[in-house]
Amino acid sequence: MALAKLEQLSKSVVQGPSLATGAQPTKDWMDTPAIFKEGNFAYPAKVEKVEYLDSQDGIDFPNAREWSPDEDDWKLPEGWEKIILDGLKERLDKFRSLKIFMDCCVRCGACADKCHFFLGTGDPKNMPVLRAELLRSVYRNDFTLAGKLFGKMAGGREMTVGVLKEWFMYSYQCTECRRCSVFCPYGIDTAEVTMMLRELLHLVGVGINWILEPASNSNRTGNHMGLQPHTFKDNVDFLAEDVESLTGVKINHSFNRKGAEVLFITPSADVFAEPGLYTAMGYLALFEQIGLDYTWSTYASEGGNFGLFTNNELMKKLNAKMYAEAKRLGVKYIIGGECGHMWRVVHQYMDTMNGPADFMEVPKSPITGTVFNNAKSSKMIHISEFTADLIKHGKIKFDPSRNANVMPTYHDSCNPARAMGLMDEPRYILDHVVPKWVEMPENTIREQTFCCGSGTGLNTDEIMELRMRAGLPRANAVKHVIDKHDVNMLSCVCAIDRATLTSLMDYWNPGCGVCGLSELVGNALIMDNEKRAMGYDAEGNESELPDGLRTMV
Amino acid sequence: MKYAFSFLAVIALVLIAWLGSQIPGMQYLFGVAIPYLAIMIFLGGFVYRVVQWAKSPVPFSIPTTCGQGVSLDFIKQDKLDCPTKTSEVVARMFLEIFMFRSLFRNTKSELHEGPKITYESSKWLWIFALLFHYSFLVIIVRHMRLFLNPVPAWLQFLDFMDAGAALQVGAPLLYASDLVLVLGVVLLFSRRLINRQVRYISLANDYFPLFLIFAIATTGILMRYFLRTNIDIISIKELAVGLVTFSPVISAKIGSIFYIHIFLVSTLLIYFPYSKLMHMGGVFMSPTRNMKNDSRAKRHINPWNDPTIKPHSYAGYEDEFREFMVDAGIPVEKELPPKKDDE
Repeated sequence: MALAKLEQLSKSVVQGPSLATGAQPTKDWMDTPAIFKEGNFAYPAKVEKVEYLDSQDGIDFPNAREWSPDEDDWKLPEGWEKIILDGLKERLDKFRSLKIFMDCCVRCGACADKCHFFLGTGDPKNMPVLRAELLRSVYRNDFTLAGKLFGKMAGGREMTVGVLKEWFMYSYQCTECRRCSVFCPYGIDTAEVTMMLRELLHLVGVGINWILEPASNSNRTGNHMGLQPHTFKDNVDFLAEDVESLTGVKINHSFNRKGAEVLFITPSADVFAEPGLYTAMGYLALFEQIGLDYTWSTYASEGGNFGLFTNNELMKKLNAKMYAEAKRLGVKYIIGGECGHMWRVVHQYMDTMNGPADFMEVPKSPITGTVFNNAKSSKMIHISEFTADLIKHGKIKFDPSRNANVMPTYHDSCNPARAMGLMDEPRYILDHVVPKWVEMPENTIREQTFCCGSGTGLNTDEIMELRMRAGLPRANAVKHVIDKHDVNMLSCVCAIDRATLTSLMDYWNPGCGVCGLSELVGNALIMDNEKRAMGYDAEGNESELPDGLRTMV
Repeated sequence: MKYAFSFLAVIALVLIAWLGSQIPGMQYLFGVAIPYLAIMIFLGGFVYRVVQWAKSPVPFSIPTTCGQGVSLDFIKQDKLDCPTKTSEVVARMFLEIFMFRSLFRNTKSELHEGPKITYESSKWLWIFALLFHYSFLVIIVRHMRLFLNPVPAWLQFLDFMDAGAALQVGAPLLYASDLVLVLGVVLLFSRRLINRQVRYISLANDYFPLFLIFAIATTGILMRYFLRTNIDIISIKELAVGLVTFSPVISAKIGSIFYIHIFLVSTLLIYFPYSKLMHMGGVFMSPTRNMKNDSRAKRHINPWNDPTIKPHSYAGYEDEFREFMVDAGIPVEKELPPKKDDE
């Protein structure tokens, strides 16, 4: 489906008859079915991808088949209702969060207008509370006394195909960004609810290709992009050459090298596509300048983890490569690149799932001697923590004027902000690498930050209008600082952001670029024995290349 | 008309108690048996629900971090919103439970032409909730006066303050908490009707407790201020003290309004453990609020973690790509078998 013109969509989000803009739906939400049409759903997973994943040890992805959400018959397996209800029972017993979040909601509505999907679509079922009610209504009906006695009167409803379709629609219109959970008086986290919905849907073979294909790639080749070892190496080699072209400094990097002090893992998108490429160049330049003894891995060549968007088992299986590779190579600790959901997994799940990482040492910066006690068990630190520490100790020098033609603002990615508390390290780095930068309005940054609108594996083109709608709150806050402060660059620490915010800016705020923080670091970095490539500035005078790393590639 | 159903249900409850308590001999049922049953169901049900929650493990450390986490020395941690110590978690929980801190953050979003989205602070729900919950708490504590003999000094003091006794003359003194509770219920109910979003999500389960509490407050106020001649406060106190000492005495002097009041309260107690009112217990146990953000510093244990889930092995990976790896100069564990041509 062609993406609506900017003018049309601009009008539609404000004037369209939706709950977000003043209209009151006449029908009760339970009587409003989910209707699928081209453009409002992500394509289902390809048969061979599902079959491949199902064939792997420790994970189940049953019911591989050709099907489409816009067809009536979803070809669900025999007895699917029981599979779902048994699956729900199992998860209620495994997750206290699920039980409490099912039981405690008072429907106060504090979360209602906190969701970017609700603000952009006005669809009542995108209010976090209603998204959870889609599951809660079934939970009430089958698992609570009140529901068993009073049924619909107590807000219960039976599990039907219609309900299942609704689950599919709205668990894939949630990016598990956790913004609603900041405002909930009981901390009810819709991410937990969406995760459970998606897990349940996978039990009956309902999943999307944009998630399962990268996940199966990651399992086989080590990364979402499906880059085989030699290709991965080639890509990084090219980037290293580009850095050398700009700085005149030869980059020494290695792959799968045993005995390196540090294993570096970043989302594979950083070595594959713009503008992530420039971020990866930034890493290469920084590590070269400080002489870090580190290695890349082609086996663990993915920081991200699309397993997080499917179920716990696949998340664990994909993540397990990080520790397995660290152990095989005998590194002392791991540094992780800029990525949002990767850090959700690394910070809140990895050590629990695949630890203890007792074969490594507590991360200690070889340059500053700083011991990272905040990662003393998991043995993995964030590149921003590492870089901020280098700056604080004066171990790296910058010429911020090399970033003079960017006027950045900073986008807190959902997971580092709300599932990690990484907020001030990136800001500290920004303070040192650019002449000036500005914050977006306070209700749209830090713990209140808005998602790019395409996280959790929703960055697929067939749902572009949904993505542009869901990204509107973020884009709108950027527009505010573009108008007020001439911002022309949206910096972030997330690989999905680098891809999705680029589409979002091109649509809502053309002319505003997107970059990873490490790109700005690499650009401003003064390297020993550097010989910066020269070009011409706007006035035609010979000068350093004003676009820095962006001139390359 | 979900509120109509809830409203009728409460009316029915009032009628049951009113008519029922007029039948000779039934006073014992309404004054003693049902309250005992209600207390038992409330306590048993509450404990049961909490135990049921506690039975499910917390497999992962999932606090919602609402501020800067502990990091480098020069990065200031937000101890309240991103706690790493037990004392910090306790402080976070205290403010959450006693000050409804997350509601304090509430904002209202609006879409304007442009499009332009604005966010402004919206404290109404926070204020309504505080009015409602704290007045309810004061009233419950104040009711202890009926069960305790003699009435402890602190309770008398609370009573004195609640009535603003220094400012009032005549009897009965008007309690601030009575007014505020009714006001709180009315505001919360109006919000459910007026706020479009909340109206759309509200279920009968949401209206019923509001009507019920409104009816409880109303019957209490009627009893104290308007139907006082009908009842005998001494007899009620006798019954209340009797209930807690397991020797209840029903006096014929107690009027219907009392039975309606206590029947509604009993209904609330029975309804409590099976309803959303359990948020009172749940708020203490919410993993996104009561956990420390220290999951990289200290390993959180998942009791059902499955050790048999292994990554796709490096050996398997190298077997598939060894040739490419060797060609590209990437180190391998096992060298390629010698090629036939080389022999």
